[in-house]
Amino acid sequence: MSELVAGPHTRAPLSLPTLMRQVLLAAFPATAFGIWLYGWPALYLLLITLASALAGEALSLRAAGRPVRSGLSDGSALVAGWILAMSLPPWAPWWIGAIGGLLATVLGKGVFGGTGQNPFNPAMAARVALLIAFPAAMTRWVAPAPLGTEQAPGLLDSLRITFLGRADWDAVTSATTLDATRTAVTQGQDLQAVLPEAYEPALAALGYAAGSLAEGSALLLAAGGAYLIYQRVISWETPLVLLATLAVLATGTHALDPQRYNDAGVHLLAGSTILAAFFIATDPTTSPATTAGRAIFAAGCAAIIWIVRTYGGYPEATAFAVLLMNACTPLIDHWIRPRVYGRTRQGAPLATGKEEA
Amino acid sequence: MAETDADQVPVTDFPGEGGESRWRRIAREGLWDNNVAFTQMLALCPLLAVTSTATNGLGLGLATLFVMVASAALISALRGLITDPVRIPVFILLIATLVTLVDMFMEAYLNRLYQALGLFIPLIVTNCAILGRAEVFASRHPPAEAVFDGLMMGLGFTAALVVLGGVRELLGSGTLFQQAGLMLGDTFAFLEVTVLPGYPGFLLTILPPGGFIALGGLMAGKRLLDRRREAA
Repeated sequence: MSELVAGPHTRAPLSLPTLMRQVLLAAFPATAFGIWLYGWPALYLLLITLASALAGEALSLRAAGRPVRSGLSDGSALVAGWILAMSLPPWAPWWIGAIGGLLATVLGKGVFGGTGQNPFNPAMAARVALLIAFPAAMTRWVAPAPLGTEQAPGLLDSLRITFLGRADWDAVTSATTLDATRTAVTQGQDLQAVLPEAYEPALAALGYAAGSLAEGSALLLAAGGAYLIYQRVISWETPLVLLATLAVLATGTHALDPQRYNDAGVHLLAGSTILAAFFIATDPTTSPATTAGRAIFAAGCAAIIWIVRTYGGYPEATAFAVLLMNACTPLIDHWIRPRVYGRTRQGAPLATGKEEA
Repeated sequence: MAETDADQVPVTDFPGEGGESRWRRIAREGLWDNNVAFTQMLALCPLLAVTSTATNGLGLGLATLFVMVASAALISALRGLITDPVRIPVFILLIATLVTLVDMFMEAYLNRLYQALGLFIPLIVTNCAILGRAEVFASRHPPAEAVFDGLMMGLGFTAALVVLGGVRELLGSGTLFQQAGLMLGDTFAFLEVTVLPGYPGFLLTILPPGGFIALGGLMAGKRLLDRRREAA
């Protein structure tokens, strides 16, 4: 039924499977670092989450009466599962990954009509659902225990951690930087006194700190993001505006009252800011269609992240921020539309030049 | 959710078609085919708000059931006297009177349940399902049929509340009819079941978003059953 359109046409080199492969490739270094840093339990969790996301996608496709094999091979479920796993506590029990993968693909995508139809980022929807449903398991962070060191659990011990939840939790857990600053603020302590213990800029940039599976390594994530921008998988505006807005907000308030407000370094390097900026806020399905729209989207994400981290009840807010801005995306797309070819932004036809002559 | 969109409710055609007795048909409509919650999608606000446990669902369901039956009887009996222009205020007045009775009765004799349901007992007044049945059925049919329709619609609604509450409670905390003895009286204590001992709990289903998700799942399930039955 499609209409014939005269050429010339540009060939888009990127199909959905290639696109998804690029995202996985870009996320790989940071993920590998996370697995090295937190040991085998992190690898088990990643594998479980991926398997569960694929199973959930297959289930949704089957229920919708669509071809399962080609639906799975476009890689979108794999990416959703992967990004979800990156944002989970690395030693989370197996059922967190299993339920999360199903939530992401069935509830996050399937019920809305599958790939490309979902209003909310599937990975973040699943992460927020998990955080609200299982607050204890979703906020248990472990201190780094790199593979090959003494603290690292062996293969068998790791199985017991992931599948039986058995670990000497008191010995291995550690507060994240944002947890520590959140607690300090609620107890009315001076941030400057607390921060040196909880935050080391160089280590934070590397990602050597307690946190989610692969949110920590700012350098590797930024490198992956740069690769995606270079490959034109994502636009550079979204991450830039997000990071710049957050940095401006943080720097401004920090200058006013350094004892109460974290500086830009903490906001950018701690928590999952970099992961959100490059891998989550850039999701083409759930972010606005125009460049200007994406800039508003990114600035909104940054503002919500800063507000919730500074005044909210949760220490970290990137998932909430992305979901809230996802909800605003239809409105942004309603107000900011691309110019129709041959017309002005207001929709009036452009002057042809002939009438003037 | 105080919509009074009675126009949305399909006016059912009586007497029954295909030789089915009208009583049977009223029962089928109320309990399944035209179920208040799952098909008409009315009264969803109390439905979602109170069904965090099956006990709460049962309590609100029975209260609504009583108001539905009694209002159907009153409105049907008075249908010759009520003129068209004033019918809505009169219906509301009658329903509000009945709800006030239920409210006071529950406060006196079922105080625990009354506290758990809170605002949603007085809000039965604005329950669009009740006004809908008054408008569509009770005001156009003789009392016996109207009462039977109110009973069947009310039972259908109660069943929906109990099933939704049961699903949410089971997934959320692994129990069924928790505190039924405390809330409904010792006679109902036998309902309390701990289905999954030592279940860690899935808080999401008890929270409001879980209500929407569970309701969506159940509606999809009902439509699937209907489609299978049609195909068979």
